[in-house]
Amino acid sequence: MVPITTLHYLVVAAALFVLGVIGVLTRRNVVIVLMSIELILNAVNLNLVAFSRMWGLHGQVFSIFVITDAAAEAAVGLGILIAFFRNKETVNVDDVDLMKW
Amino acid sequence: MQPVATTFFFYFLSGLALLGGVLVITRRNPVHSALSLILTLLALAGLYLMLYAPFVAGVQIILYAGGIMVLFLFVIMLVNIEKAGKEEQFNKIWAVGLLAAVMLGGLLVTVFVKGNALFPDRGMMLPPEESNTQAIGTMLYGNYVFAFEIASLLLLVAIIGAVVMAKKRI
Repeated sequence: MVPITTLHYLVVAAALFVLGVIGVLTRRNVVIVLMSIELILNAVNLNLVAFSRMWGLHGQVFSIFVITDAAAEAAVGLGILIAFFRNKETVNVDDVDLMKW
Repeated sequence: MQPVATTFFFYFLSGLALLGGVLVITRRNPVHSALSLILTLLALAGLYLMLYAPFVAGVQIILYAGGIMVLFLFVIMLVNIEKAGKEEQFNKIWAVGLLAAVMLGGLLVTVFVKGNALFPDRGMMLPPEESNTQAIGTMLYGNYVFAFEIASLLLLVAIIGAVVMAKKRI
């Protein structure tokens, strides 16, 4: 039985990161795009905590800062989504083309 | 002391996290995606516990699964999901996006496989400290006190920005 090392956690985090990138790049619904961004941030957090097993607690402290950023990002992103939905009655990202020419 | 059944719990929780991630990006209904994301977050909290990080696991459950996901569910209720559910779910360039993401994954795997010098895997070297929460609190108010204060400023800016954008007329 192979013992679980840091590399195992890194592989899981990389898979979660790729899933989040696929969600951001392919989905049309803005809510699901924001959730995919949360997936990406969680993958980074898993990396930080896994490395903090090797190099001390700094990774865990930084992952708390990342969670704070995720909360701020979710609040601002959902505020933008509500403002956008009030103007155009849609939640699709490819309808956000006001600044395109 | 080696904890028992570490291998089983690692694969179990990782499988749950990845299953939740796949469901997040494939469901048609955003509510189902949100519930799958909660599954992923709880599985990740379990992985943090396995990594001797109980404080981060608690913050993950309270802040993410309790706070941010409730925010998501509220916004899903505010927007019209019936109309969005009947439309095309993937954008026109989904094949390019999928290819780019798979190439990124291949790059990461290549780095992990070939880059043993970059990631010297010393195993799980450090013993678990006496009190994880106390140690993190000392670091937050010691080394990282400036970043901590900046984080509070960031949250203030985010609150004001969200209110300004979600309000009908200023």
